[in-house]
Amino acid sequence: MVFYVVIFSILALLLVASGLYAIIQKDLLYAVISTGVISLILSVMFYLLQAPDVALTEAAIGVALTTVIFVITIRNTTRFEDEEDNSKVK
Amino acid sequence: MKKYLAIFLLLIVGFYLIQAFNLVPFGENRIGNVEDESTVGAFYLKNTVPKTSVANVVTAIVVNYRGFDTLGEVTVLFLATTGLGSILFRKRKHGEEEERVLKESSQLVRIGSRLLFPFIALLGIYVFIHGHLTPGGGFQGGAIIATGFLLMLVAYKNYRLGHGTLTWVESFAGITFAGIGMWGLITGGTFLENNAFSGLGNVNDLISGGVIPIIYIAVGLKVAAELTGVLDILLNIKPNKN
Repeated sequence: MVFYVVIFSILALLLVASGLYAIIQKDLLYAVISTGVISLILSVMFYLLQAPDVALTEAAIGVALTTVIFVITIRNTTRFEDEEDNSKVK
Repeated sequence: MKKYLAIFLLLIVGFYLIQAFNLVPFGENRIGNVEDESTVGAFYLKNTVPKTSVANVVTAIVVNYRGFDTLGEVTVLFLATTGLGSILFRKRKHGEEEERVLKESSQLVRIGSRLLFPFIALLGIYVFIHGHLTPGGGFQGGAIIATGFLLMLVAYKNYRLGHGTLTWVESFAGITFAGIGMWGLITGGTFLENNAFSGLGNVNDLISGGVIPIIYIAVGLKVAAELTGVLDILLNIKPNKN
């Protein structure tokens, strides 16, 4: 029981940290990868909470498909958040 | 400035979520006694296996007890795909080749993708065929198959998917789902009646659980076709170079 609480607390802290990183980061590609990490940690947490169905869904859709769709969108638009930073890409 | 406002709002939401979930001690059994049928969870745990002969209780709830909701979810996914396609799909002009967003991958990625793709597809098919026995089901299996197609689409620059095939698979799966539901009404039962075709079979057999495996196969094919279509449409847009 104590083991689960410890693992869970570490995962929850990592989750919050990647969420904050996604908000603060100006490079949108890094922010999107960070949201993918959030989905990965969430899927492990669902598995620990004995919900393997939800863990599978989160792993397939949250980690793979959503991240890739956002990466394609970034590729078609701009990579950096601010206009003045936009010149770095091209 | 906007970011710090966002973090502040998230902190407020998080504070109240913590307040709410602190009322539930970590790891406590909230379902209660299985023999006592006064709670919903106990009712499902006690009655699912004898009444539907499906080993995975989650699948029985999603496809049978709440099957109408699942039909609605599939419709929502269909509408989202249709909307995205109607906005983004560009009709090819005569003689114009569709241009992929990404560049051609290296040889290692191409050969590795070709090697991995059958196994990913096989895993997806396994997940949705065994949806009533093991964790997983139509949505999960369909998403896994779509990631397999995504690998091929990213690795090969001129990997073409037949939009006609995708449309046919999707339509056929959707009609199968709705048709099975209607068949229950025709035979005098309810919508999505579980034993509309035949008996329920034994628990843990591959062919068991009435219409649940058929519906999950249909849902898996539908989700795979829809998500693959979305990825194909997104990957074929030319970037707008100003």
